[in-house]
Amino acid sequence: MKQFLSCVRKEFKHIWRDKQTLLILLGMPVALILIFGFALTTEVKNSRFAVLDYAKDPSTRAIINELDASRYFDLVAELHTHNEVEKVFQRGQAKVVVIFPHGFATDLEHVNKAPIQIIADASDPNVANTLTGYATTVMMDYLDRYKEGRKLPLTIKTEQRMLYNPQLKGTYAFVPGVISMILMLVCTMMTSITVVREKETGTMEVLLVSPVPPVKLILAKAVPYALISFINIVSILLMSYFILDVPIRGSVPLLLAEGVLFIITCLSFGLLISTVINTQQLAMFVSLVALFLPTIMLSGFFFPIENMPTVLQVVSHVVPARWFYQVVRGVMIQGLPFSAVWQETLILAGMTTVLLAAALKNFKIRLA
Amino acid sequence: MRTLKFLLQKEFRQIFRDPAILRVIFILPVVQLLLLPWAADYEVRNVKLAVVDGDRSTYSRQLVAKITSSGYFQLDQYTHSYKEAFEEIETNRADMIMEIPRHFERDLVRDNEATILLSANAINGVKAGLGTSYLQSIIRDFNGEVRDEWIQTPRLSPEIQLDVRPSNWYNPLMNYKYFMVPGILVMLLTIVGSFLTSMNIVREKELGTIEQINVTPVKKYHFILGKLIPFWVLGLIILTIGLFIAWLLYGIVPVGSFFTIYLFAAVYLLAVLGYGLLISTFASSQQQAMLATFFLFMIFILLAGLFTPVDSMPVWAQWFTRINPVAYFVEVMRLVVLKGSGLAEISRHILSVLVFALVLNTWAVVSYRKRS
Repeated sequence: MKQFLSCVRKEFKHIWRDKQTLLILLGMPVALILIFGFALTTEVKNSRFAVLDYAKDPSTRAIINELDASRYFDLVAELHTHNEVEKVFQRGQAKVVVIFPHGFATDLEHVNKAPIQIIADASDPNVANTLTGYATTVMMDYLDRYKEGRKLPLTIKTEQRMLYNPQLKGTYAFVPGVISMILMLVCTMMTSITVVREKETGTMEVLLVSPVPPVKLILAKAVPYALISFINIVSILLMSYFILDVPIRGSVPLLLAEGVLFIITCLSFGLLISTVINTQQLAMFVSLVALFLPTIMLSGFFFPIENMPTVLQVVSHVVPARWFYQVVRGVMIQGLPFSAVWQETLILAGMTTVLLAAALKNFKIRLA
Repeated sequence: MRTLKFLLQKEFRQIFRDPAILRVIFILPVVQLLLLPWAADYEVRNVKLAVVDGDRSTYSRQLVAKITSSGYFQLDQYTHSYKEAFEEIETNRADMIMEIPRHFERDLVRDNEATILLSANAINGVKAGLGTSYLQSIIRDFNGEVRDEWIQTPRLSPEIQLDVRPSNWYNPLMNYKYFMVPGILVMLLTIVGSFLTSMNIVREKELGTIEQINVTPVKKYHFILGKLIPFWVLGLIILTIGLFIAWLLYGIVPVGSFFTIYLFAAVYLLAVLGYGLLISTFASSQQQAMLATFFLFMIFILLAGLFTPVDSMPVWAQWFTRINPVAYFVEVMRLVVLKGSGLAEISRHILSVLVFALVLNTWAVVSYRKRS
């Protein structure tokens, strides 16, 4: 035990000595939470639009003003010829162009029907769909007022309710994701790199000839990173609760316990990588390609899993972060009890056991 | 010039000597382009719907049939209890609940008005928003059919209508991959460029070989150029591989000219490499360099408008995208590849990135010290 503790102390010194790295490790969650919380939103608003108004009558004016006044649109340009439409898109100045034909108001008054064309830049299909939808709604609202609220017979009204996240904040999905991302980074990448570093700089040999059992040496390397990760989880939870107003609906001890389980999973992963790899650059790339990208891509927090082709959906089952993400989202946002997430927990625990066993079995006392 | 030639020879040898790194350089683009576009698919379809039908009338059944045949929705459950439907939401088996109240048909016909309640699991905001609006437009259509059934409309309709005709340019099939793949190419160049360079000089520091260079009469800018050029060449090769894969797998052929893409990429790579080198001259260990690069890289990528629209960001973040080279490249790639913009349209972007390239590289040359 004493041996182990002194090894742990050595690792802490290593980390403490490199203040910049420590700063980044502790500051990263703060920066990420702020970015995800405030800057990233899939909600579409303030989209730049341009109009090509051949009619220039009170009706078209009114519709343009209403579009501009809504929170979804900002008017950036008034075009005069059809050729300009293409230019506006090619310069990336507008996402939508609304075209009114000649005699718009007259048509509306006499023929009872007037056409409007909405051209959307569909490079981003979702934004295009959403904007077309918003613009149509604004126009229909105008029409309702134009008709002076004459009520139509047989109207089906819809009432909508957004469960769990009434304001459609992106943060709700992101916070659990950021936790798993940070843990992967700190535990897996950093741990694997510190072990490999000792190999690369040759100090591993010194450690191996010492009377400390190698397993203890390696476990000691993991301890400080586990601690940093735990601090990170707590700081992420505190920040999301107090700054981002993300509720924690479930039990906090359960959340922390699941966090600890995932920390151990990540550490085992990192140790496994470090047993098979010999240079830091490679360790970094493997952590990045084999772990970090799948964590972002396949855990379901950034991209919806159900949209993926079957192969990827199957692959996503072996990504630990996917299960952890489900647990955190369930407990934190939906307020589910342990009885609802025990399966995911069990799967995570199983993965951890396998990874840890593989890492310990693979660990060689002798250097090649 | 001769010095530079020898330095380049050395750097290229060092890169090609390490088969592992070389493999990573070439496997990374393939893996990323193979996987990411499939994963990064925000297209909303197959929304799983639980229907609570408290009416069980002809109309309610017709409406449900219309919704399920639309192709956007999968009927997950057809029940009469809201509680059961809500359980489906809690366990993620359903994304939305449509609740048709009791006496829906009777109210509609007798009172001329009936209400349908839509609830969506809004943790995934995009899905909830688009799902609700799809559902509303189907209900609106259905409403029209019901009206037609009851009211004989005269030929020249007395009802005033706006005939809104949407059209989608540049991506009429609404294929999400067309949008993501150009962005992923940007990510690729950025990852390879910044990581490899940022770890490069530090590695020499860590291994001690930098001392040997420092005692030679090699000039500072020679040294930095020697580090820069090989990765610049590698970056352009990777871009070529990436464009090839994009064509092979996703049939994406840039609408604009290749010359524009390569010109911009060449300038952009200088900026990214300069940024990597700058970190490398400051860092004292590879681990530190890696972490710093990663940290900044993540902020740059997230705030580049790659995954979420820049227009929706708050003002401070939009301001940040103006000093973020990644944001420029993402925009340029999408402009050129999808819309065929030419040099004239993107001249502002090129100039901005050129300024970054000059500043970052000069800074790297200045801050690289031959003394430790």
